[in-house]
Amino acid sequence: MNKTMTIVTGAIVGAFMASGAWAAELKIGLKSETSSMDPHWQTLIVNIQISRHIFDHLIDSGDNMELKPGLATSWKPISDTTWEFKLREGVKWHDGSPFTADDVVFTWERTNQVPNSPAPFSQYTRGKKITKIDDFTVHVTTEKPYPLMATDVARFAIVSKKHGEGATTADYNTGKATIGTGPYKFVEFVPGDRIVLEANPDYWGGKPAWDRVTFKPIPAGPSRIAALKSGDVDLIDFVPPADINKLKQDADVAVWQGPSNRPVFLHLDSNRDLSPSIRDNDGNPLWPNPTRDWRVRKAISKAINREAIVEKVMEGNAIIATQLVPVGFFGYNEDLEPEPFDPEGAKKLLAEAGYPDGFRITLNGTHDRYINDKEIVETVAQMLSKIGIKVDVKTHPVSTYYTTANTGAFSFWLGSHSVSTGEPSAQLNHLIHTTWPGTPYCCTPRGYSNPRVDNIIEMGMGTVDDAEREALFKEAIGIAVKDVAFVPLHYQLNTWASRLGLKYITRIDEMTLATNVMKN
Amino acid sequence: MSVFIIRRLMQSVVVIFIMTLIVFFGVMVIGNPVDILIGQDCDGPCREKVIRSLGLHLPLHEQYLVFLKNALKGELGNSFKAGIPATHLILQRMPATLELAFCSFLIAVGLGIPLGIWAGLRPESLSGKVIMGGSILGFSLPSFWVGVMLMLLFAVELNWLPATGRGETVPVLGVEVSFLTLDGLRHLILPAVNLALFKLSLMVRLTRASVRENLLMDYIKFARAKGLSMNRIIFVHVLKNILIPIITVLGLELGNLIAFSVVTETIFAWPGMGKLLIDSIDVLDRPVVVAYLMITIFMFIMINLVVDILYSLLDPRVRLGDIKQ
Repeated sequence: MNKTMTIVTGAIVGAFMASGAWAAELKIGLKSETSSMDPHWQTLIVNIQISRHIFDHLIDSGDNMELKPGLATSWKPISDTTWEFKLREGVKWHDGSPFTADDVVFTWERTNQVPNSPAPFSQYTRGKKITKIDDFTVHVTTEKPYPLMATDVARFAIVSKKHGEGATTADYNTGKATIGTGPYKFVEFVPGDRIVLEANPDYWGGKPAWDRVTFKPIPAGPSRIAALKSGDVDLIDFVPPADINKLKQDADVAVWQGPSNRPVFLHLDSNRDLSPSIRDNDGNPLWPNPTRDWRVRKAISKAINREAIVEKVMEGNAIIATQLVPVGFFGYNEDLEPEPFDPEGAKKLLAEAGYPDGFRITLNGTHDRYINDKEIVETVAQMLSKIGIKVDVKTHPVSTYYTTANTGAFSFWLGSHSVSTGEPSAQLNHLIHTTWPGTPYCCTPRGYSNPRVDNIIEMGMGTVDDAEREALFKEAIGIAVKDVAFVPLHYQLNTWASRLGLKYITRIDEMTLATNVMKN
Repeated sequence: MSVFIIRRLMQSVVVIFIMTLIVFFGVMVIGNPVDILIGQDCDGPCREKVIRSLGLHLPLHEQYLVFLKNALKGELGNSFKAGIPATHLILQRMPATLELAFCSFLIAVGLGIPLGIWAGLRPESLSGKVIMGGSILGFSLPSFWVGVMLMLLFAVELNWLPATGRGETVPVLGVEVSFLTLDGLRHLILPAVNLALFKLSLMVRLTRASVRENLLMDYIKFARAKGLSMNRIIFVHVLKNILIPIITVLGLELGNLIAFSVVTETIFAWPGMGKLLIDSIDVLDRPVVVAYLMITIFMFIMINLVVDILYSLLDPRVRLGDIKQ
């Protein structure tokens, strides 16, 4: 009898202690879940934000995407084509084995060998040969001078050679190979339901703040808010824009808002002589394509009241954009001012260009991809009708949008391209440079072509010196914006909400990280 | 009977084959999976590599032949998005959906039939009218709205039940189920009620109409003349006669509950297959969509088969060989 009592009491005490041990538990409600626990499966933010907890990168990217030492303590070019990375010593994998240059070399190979990866990380290791110099030094060589070395290397996670050799994507999902060096250890991954992590007390960057972290995918916006308010979760990301102002007044909830690296803009098909959905006022094809004329593009930009879009459509949850990268990023051109709203000036420019009565054009947009995307294109259409351009609005689900855009069927369309590397090279290559199939300048729909800008971009892509490259990129952006290569609208704001007593340090790259959640 | 069953199974193979054709080509008409899956910074050579590795460089009819060849071996392909076999992905989520579907099925049947009989016996009473009025609400309120309202009331305002997700699970015969734990039950109630509401109203109305119709029949008059008790008349004679239409509808609705509980699963973040289907359509994850619909169609055919067999058991006038397909 006594013995039973002792066991029962022991069990009760044990249960309390167990629950006490998880006192610092954090539950996060995410809009989108990761498609895999394999850190090299898909180059998506929603995947990287999870893998970053478990795996470190050689170069870490901070809250504003600034590059900081991660598993590499320093990196520098030692010649035009060779970079030297010094690795952090004394770092241990979650199983206690030491981290060395062999793991880095192995990671390099693995990024290339993930079968069926729909968005492979090999794009960051491609053309870069790695050699181990000693246990804590590696050299990376390229054929031609390659300036974006650090940016690329910051993009992928370093995996353990011991556990990663022969491991498949499925082995990472089960946790068999999910042994990292990061602040949290893998506990469990139940697709559609939860991802559970626990603190790695021996983390080289110091013991993490939370003992246990659970991520729950809650795709529906209202449900995410309900989950936060009912105490199911402590933090949610992607607060639906319509609820932000209500939540700001809610006494039980704290809202955390910061700029995003996601500019929203309009593309104009200004490269073709005849564009499919531009017509004259009688509905006949219009030749030549009026948007080839710089004045027509400028008029469209002038006719858009960006302040109204930010204040009314976005309810204040956006910042007016002047270019492709946000303030403070590498390559941001300080000389560019937002285009002032000037319908009279716009009409005058249209008349000068020979279209005093305007023309007809179809504006395409998504209705399920960017914040208030449908409302944005409808508003722009209204604004353009004031200067005589008759705009038909067509919205598409994102599942068909980019396929259609890629076929060249659009003349005027909404786009957005997050600055995922913290610098503008991808934007310049994929949105401004003339499209060339089969080269790095391919595959994203765009309508602009200017050989002078192309030249500057290509020069920049071959310049290793940061200051020189930045000057070239700024110049390219400056010319493109003044020539209205595209019509910038705004940068989205990222919004998180937490229960009181927590603080979220916002990230410009939309990532939701347990390491950015602080106790107030 | 075995001839009947074999013939049914063979027909199902034909139906599934035709469906794979439609879905396989249909997905490619919507858009190109590569445009959605691929990272925005993945340029020329990277893109080429992805298209090749997913087998999308082949002409569509060749892709389909490859698919058929593998399907005959029992492999329905790897999910484009998750990289693991599509069937694995679906089966992993099936228990959650089945659990939710059967729970709401039980609620719908367990409450719907008694309430319907009650309303059918007392059409003019206040209680009968309240039941019918309620069923109109259950029919007409959109389930996403009801779901959010349930959540606001019971999770946010009253804080009695959790708002989202599936609770603690325990393995039973290797399948993780949550209805055996308290935490699991608490998580299950709201989504199950939300999903059941429409079916419940359907049951109430269907039962009531059948009861009303049957009460006027001669055999009821005869039974009363014979002096049978009212309870015996209702629960033996009426109930047996109204079950045939109810079972037909139940069979179809059960299939619907399992295969298309998408809205409820999305609102309550329930980790079931319905949510998987929607996510997969969004990214044009063709292998998952095709495998999902193949499994669903098979399930529908099986449920219909069971319904037909039940007919013959309930009504001796029906012989399976006579049921026209």
